[in-house]
This record gives sequence, structure tokens and C-alpha cells, in this order.
Amino acid sequence: MAYSATVSGERFSFPDLRTLMARATPLRSGDQLAGLAAASATERVAAQIALADLPLKQFLNEAVIPYETDEVTRLIVDTHDAKAFTAVAGLTVGELRDWLLGDTATPDVLASLAPGLTPEMVAAVSKLMRNQDLIAVAQKCHVVTRFRNTVGAPGHLSVRLQPNHPTDDVTGIAASILDGLMYGCGDAVIGINPVSDNVDTMVHQLELIDDLRQRFDIPTQSCVLAHVTTALEAMERRAPVDLVFQSIAGSEAANESFGISLSLLDEAHQAALAMKRYTLGDNVMYFETGQGSALSADAHQGIDQQTMETRAYAVARRFRPLLVNTVVGFIGPEYLFDGRQITRAGLEDHFCGKLLGVPMGVDVCYTNHAEADQDDMDNLLTLLGVAGVNFVMGVPGADDIMLNYQSTSFHDALYVRQVLGKRPAPEFDAWLQKMAILDTHGRVRPQLDRAPRALLQFPDSAEDAHVAG
Amino acid sequence: MLPDEPWRRLRRFTNARIGMGRAGNGLPTKHLLDFRVAHAMARDSVHSALDFDALEQALTSRIAHCPQIIRIASRVTDRAEYLQRPDLGRRVVEADIVKLETGEWDIVFVIADGLSAEAVSRNAPDLLAETLPQLSSLRVGPLVLAGQGRVGIGDEIGERLGARMVVMLIGERPGLSSPASLGAYITWQPRLGRQNSERNCISNIHADGLVPPVAAVRLVSLIRGAMKMELTGVGLKDRGQLIEGEAPD
Repeated sequence: MAYSATVSGERFSFPDLRTLMARATPLRSGDQLAGLAAASATERVAAQIALADLPLKQFLNEAVIPYETDEVTRLIVDTHDAKAFTAVAGLTVGELRDWLLGDTATPDVLASLAPGLTPEMVAAVSKLMRNQDLIAVAQKCHVVTRFRNTVGAPGHLSVRLQPNHPTDDVTGIAASILDGLMYGCGDAVIGINPVSDNVDTMVHQLELIDDLRQRFDIPTQSCVLAHVTTALEAMERRAPVDLVFQSIAGSEAANESFGISLSLLDEAHQAALAMKRYTLGDNVMYFETGQGSALSADAHQGIDQQTMETRAYAVARRFRPLLVNTVVGFIGPEYLFDGRQITRAGLEDHFCGKLLGVPMGVDVCYTNHAEADQDDMDNLLTLLGVAGVNFVMGVPGADDIMLNYQSTSFHDALYVRQVLGKRPAPEFDAWLQKMAILDTHGRVRPQLDRAPRALLQFPDSAEDAHVAG
Repeated sequence: MLPDEPWRRLRRFTNARIGMGRAGNGLPTKHLLDFRVAHAMARDSVHSALDFDALEQALTSRIAHCPQIIRIASRVTDRAEYLQRPDLGRRVVEADIVKLETGEWDIVFVIADGLSAEAVSRNAPDLLAETLPQLSSLRVGPLVLAGQGRVGIGDEIGERLGARMVVMLIGERPGLSSPASLGAYITWQPRLGRQNSERNCISNIHADGLVPPVAAVRLVSLIRGAMKMELTGVGLKDRGQLIEGEAPD
């Protein structure tokens, strides 16, 4: 079906839904690279005007990637909840924006609407929104998940402790973990990106964290971010796998480029549930996404990168993950050119994921070949904190020495919790207080000499274990 | 500022920025400025150019029986375009295609500047000097130096040269602690359109990471695995130490 709008006497036409979506999206370098971006600012607004008039029901009639050729489209269509959709079934995309901003759209109403929305509807409405709209609505979307603690409850902000090391050295990793814990970080997950995607490495790292967790009774979960097939092998060996990780994208072809399919994820999900390592809730998956990954794999199929990203959340949603992390500025300037584009993308991803009922965290980050710096990160981190992001990254000094990019630091996490009055996950908060790391006002490390000596000795024992092993 | 001595001890275990202490919840000024210096150096590294004459000289002097060296360029015209047009960085410029004559090779090596010229000039000659003598049973094709190249350019080069396998050595994006890190990507049956899941990668090859002699052992092991299984990518799991990483693809 063709779409059109007239702006200042000039008529703009868009042959199909995916073209309309691509032309309506705010400017970013990845869509220019793919040849999908609007040719002018006026064309972009014309596309937004046409999109605003589009009935939401049209998204149920016209798929951006054909049902027959794409298992993600089949997932989206086959799991659409028509009953939940009735609340907004009569609206256009523009009317949905107004409705979302209004008082009718309470947290409870939004939670029950989520299964009735498709990724394309959500991506479309985000393209009409200003940054403040993305923040205002996301703040009303509460997605709470549980494994050994509770992540995403209003008033709380969790942190993934990311203790990477360029040679997977366990002592170096242990030192970074201890540092992060002493800053009150690590309640979302203690998650290592291994250098080597290798079962032995994965098992060794999992055992390191599990030993620490059990010795000090830390109410958190661990993850080694290896490929899902590696995690399956580790689980066969009965290694202590809490969460299964995988990078995912919004189309079958893009997922193939990651070496995965929905059935493989299903197999991993079942295996992780069977481990029964959770205590509070059975959210056992951890997914990462990011705009541009489909284009990077030459699998964008004419879809703009923000719409493709939102489709990835449909994949995530099916497996009821504990955490979904959009690694917003990781791929580089050919997809998100500068701080301005990274900021916009981070707010869009968080909004779209939350509206679909996905527990969103954001890796607020950039690479050294992008036009961005720490000030851009401070801005986005603060905006996401206001928007109610479930978790952010805690990387020592914001500098990941293995992945070679800059993210948010333990200090940054403290900053955003402080200025917005946020607390860690409740169970972790209690543990921090018990360990004298956090005082009752939420300030970290008030009295270093009261922190348990055994905890401070942990990296030494990791070294011993490593030598012994 | 609060005293943080107990944590300073931990800094000997890792180059990660731990045990820095706090000014309120912020970084102490010294560490704030340290970070800015590292960022500035990494930014400058992205924009520095590779001296291909010096590289060629280093390769011929370091490697006994150095293969024939061919120099080509990608379709990128300048650094700004390189950063924004990965599609052009993955293709050989039209005029240089004739330099790539088809032969019968088991393996060809390609060296590209990528995002860090320094990573290449410091580490690629050492890595090849260690690797090539271990491959004497294989037919090793010409060594191709590709200016402004991305990982994918190895696919076109390998296909043109008729190689069964291509190994791409390329400067990884610079990190704050490692502005000169080399990546090695191995692709079985290189041809245009190969996906990243069809490659294996060894990353972080540099003096403070995976040192070239150790990287060479892993590289040779992966090359042998690929020859034996006739594939690379997610299907090739190194039972030793397979490395995954990031470089300009």
C-alpha cells in the first residue's frame, strides 16, 4: 500500500510501510549508509505526517518483512494479543502518541497493553516523539524481573558489573569485581565478556563468580557472555550457569549472522530453566541488542535500523529475560555518528523496549572513532535515569580494557543514583548495608575499615584457585 | 576525598581503572585528567596514517622467504569516508583489481590499516614472522597490503586470488588502554558477502595483550583446524583458546 503527505504544496509519496517508516525516522548515519534515510528534512516531516495518520490496524495487515520468509515476523504476528490490543485498536499512530502521554495510560494500563502492541507500532510512534515524550512515557512503563533479586522496580536502578580483562585473567577479573561491589554495583548481574568463546574459559569464570557469590551470600546473578551454543555445552557439564546470554537482532537473517535461531534460543531457555538456580523468579535469559547490527550483517532488508532494533525486542520478549541491554554506541559512527544520535537512539530503544514489556537496560557508550565524549554519556545517563531505566553498566573508570570502548563507570552509577534518589535492587541493597558498604542514606563506603576482611582478600584467593586449577 | 588505600592494592592485578577513590561520587581530578589524555591519544590514533613503505620494508627484513607483496587500496578516498562508509572499505578499488591474479593457494594473508595504523606497524611483522615458518606445508599466496580496508575486503581479495582461506590482519579500534591492538580474522573460502559468523577471530594482539608469538600459536592452530574441517566461523570451535573480538568489519 502506498502512503503520501503534502507539505507546503509539495507532495511526498512512500511506496510501502517500511519505506514510510525509514523516511520518518530521525536522522542517523546508519540509515544514510543503507540508502534508506529521507533525502531532505522536509521529506522526513512529510513521512512523519503520513505516519501519524496511519491506523494502528494497518500494522496487522502489512508486514515490513514477509511472514513467509522470516521467523521473527511469524513470531510477531502469531503472538499478537488481539484482546490486549482493543484498548488502542481504533487509534492512529499520532493518536497513540497523544494517548500514551495522557493520564489514561497509567503504569497498569500500559503493562496490560504491552502484548497487544507490535514492534512496528511502537517504533512508529517513537518516530513522532520528542526526547521528552520518550522519557515521560517510558517512566510510566514498569517492567520488573527476578532471579535472585528484583530488578526494575520504580525507585531502583541496578548496575551490571562488567569486570572484563584482555587475557581473561581471573585475578584481574576478581579485582575488578571487588572494586565494583565496593561501589555498590553488581545487582543487575556480574557479567563478564570473555575474550575467548570457549567452554573451559566460560566454566572457569562462572565458577569464580559463583564461589564469590556463595562465600559472601550475595543476592545477585552471574553471566559469562559467550555464544549460546557455548552456554549449552557449559550447562551439559553442569557448570553454574545462572543466566544464558545471547546477542539478538530483529530478523531471521540477522539472527542467522549471529549463528542463532528462535529454536536454538528456545533450547537454551529450557536448559537454563532446568538448572533451577533462581530463588525469587525464573527470568533466566540475558539479551543484548543495538541499532545497526542488522545492517552490519548486511541483513537489514530495507528496514531502518530503529525499526529493526525494536523487532529484536519481540524476540527478547518471548523468552521472558531478566535483562535486555541495548549497547547503544558500540558499533561505531557509521551507524550512530555522534553524541546527539547516540542520545536519541538510547532513549528510543529504552522507550520501545519498555512499552513492549521488555526489561530494558542501556549500555550508555561510545567508541573512540565516534564524535562523542564523556559529557555526552553524562547527559544520556541522566536522561535514562529520569526515564526509569532498569540498569546501566558499571565498568571500572568507564574504560573497558577488553572491548576497547567507553561505557559508564561505578562512579557514574553512584552519581545517577544520588542525583535521582534511586536505590539498588532491594535484596542487594540490604546486603550492601549488612556488609557495611552502603550506609542507611545510600552512601557507599562510609567506613572502609568495617568492610569484611575476607571480602577484601578475594582476588588473592582467586589467584590461588587459578594456580591450583 | 575518602581514603581508599585498601583498594589501591588491587591495582597491581589489572590495568582496569580500579581503586581510584572518589571526590564525592565523582572521579578525583588526577584520574579525570588521565582519562582525558588516554581519550585524546586514542582519537589521534584513529586519524593517523599507516606508512606502507616502512611496513613493506619491515616485512621483507623480518620474514625469511617473504611472499610477494601486492599493494592495493579500498574504494574509500579519505579517513572521514572510511569511518562512515564501511561498504566502500570492504571493496577493492577498480583500478587495483588487475593486481590480484588467480592462483592456487591454500592461504593468503592481507594486512589492512583498519582503525589503528600503529597496531599494524608494531605487531603485524612480528606476528607474520612467527606464523609463516609454521605453515611450510601450505601453499602461501602473495601478501596483500590494503589501504583503508575493512575486514570484509579480505573476502574479495581472497576470492580474486583463488585462495582456500584468507587471514586478515587489521588494526582494531583503539581503546584507551590499548591504542595499538591488532586483530586477525580467518575466513574459509573467502568470497564477497561472507558474514561475520563465518569467520574466526583472534583479537587484542599487542605487547600488553596477546603477544605476537603466543598469538601465532593460536593462529596456526585455527588455520590447521579450518584446513581439517574445511570451514571457519561458529562451526569451528577451538578446543584450545578461541578468541572473539571487535575490529572494523
